[in-house]
Amino acid sequence: MIDKIYATPEAAVADIHDGATVMIGGFGNAGMPTRLIDALIAHGARDLTIVNNNAGNGETGLAALLKAGRVRKIICSFPRQADSQVFDALYRAGKIELELTPQGNLAERIRAAGAGIGGFFTPTGYGTQLAEGKETRLIDGRHYVFESPIHADFALIKAQRGDRWGNLVYRKTARNFGPIMATAARITIAQVADVVPLGELDPEAIVTPGIFVQRVVQEDPQ
Amino acid sequence: MTPFTREQIAARVAADIPEGAYVNLGIGAPTLVANYLPRDREILLHSENGLLGMGPAPAPGEEDGDLINAGKQPVTLLAGGAFFHHADAFAMMRGGHLDICVLGAFQVSSKGDLANWSTGAPGAIPAVGGAMDLALGARQVFIITDHNTKTGEPKIVEQCTYPLTAVACVSRIFTDLAVIDVTPDGLVVREMADGLTFDALQARTGAVLKQQLTQGA
Repeated sequence: MIDKIYATPEAAVADIHDGATVMIGGFGNAGMPTRLIDALIAHGARDLTIVNNNAGNGETGLAALLKAGRVRKIICSFPRQADSQVFDALYRAGKIELELTPQGNLAERIRAAGAGIGGFFTPTGYGTQLAEGKETRLIDGRHYVFESPIHADFALIKAQRGDRWGNLVYRKTARNFGPIMATAARITIAQVADVVPLGELDPEAIVTPGIFVQRVVQEDPQ
Repeated sequence: MTPFTREQIAARVAADIPEGAYVNLGIGAPTLVANYLPRDREILLHSENGLLGMGPAPAPGEEDGDLINAGKQPVTLLAGGAFFHHADAFAMMRGGHLDICVLGAFQVSSKGDLANWSTGAPGAIPAVGGAMDLALGARQVFIITDHNTKTGEPKIVEQCTYPLTAVACVSRIFTDLAVIDVTPDGLVVREMADGLTFDALQARTGAVLKQQLTQGA
């Protein structure tokens, strides 16, 4: 019997190793898997490379992971925000490496990794600082920049409902990076509001098929 | 001379958005355009964090942290709206499916180059978000900007001095002084604020302008 349900967030993240590349879902706080991040902080893995759209808001979730000093590098599109004081201080102190990537390129690099694409040419960023040093190509009269895929060891994502095979549906704009990060990591761990029996999710409406998900954790024990 | 107000600029942009258009309104001044979209036109707003058919802000107390726009503000979804993941959201832009993006600017060049993500100031923490994707992400890119900076420097220039967001991407510029098209023949002034002369406008602009006013303007 396939059973991807883990009893606790702590158990689900227990094998995240030092130096791992970890994708974390969410756009700001929408879709951020806070329970899994808290478990990762408690677990203690360090020297992590984190992939997220932002670099933490306020003092909780991803910001707390940064504040705990566990992150060596972050790959993101929009670190600087009104409430990104934790990242800002680390960056200014030279204590964190930043790989800045345009948001659509970030999404497509994750998608490419999950789809087995070795990279792609995109018009986004051509002629800008963020394309310096990258291969370019003129295709049908338009300029493109080569971007490489982003693979991860783990993805921590948040969904609304999941079953023991790992099928997931999301809630509103909290979906954001979840479906693509699920495809791009060796081990994808989904925090869900509700674990449901097999067959309860409408197969026409499943957003992430279970093949992309290795572990499912209910965020609040029933 | 009476400059256009922010509300007048937003209403002017909205008047250029046709029935059936798929539109992304950038963060900041462009967001104001939503308030002036003609009610007799069905126009679908896209937000790059993953929704199409975005509605107005919710009533107080009705906010949902899982239903936000690209500025991370609470919004609503119209009947017929849809949610999708980030790669799809940007495929809608990069793939040329959106009709219009409305963005702000630090500088626009005479060739339609846009600088709106970084001033390049030393020590600043860089953050690009969707700016570079948005600038290339629609058939037409409209810019809303003050004509000059607070210190009087022109924001429409021959060559951008700030780091570029995208090359040759801007279609039309709406400022507090004028509506200007970026054309293969250069910058063409279509409308001007009441009481403003073309020479006065040119004097406040860092690039050569041509005058070809729209009828009735």
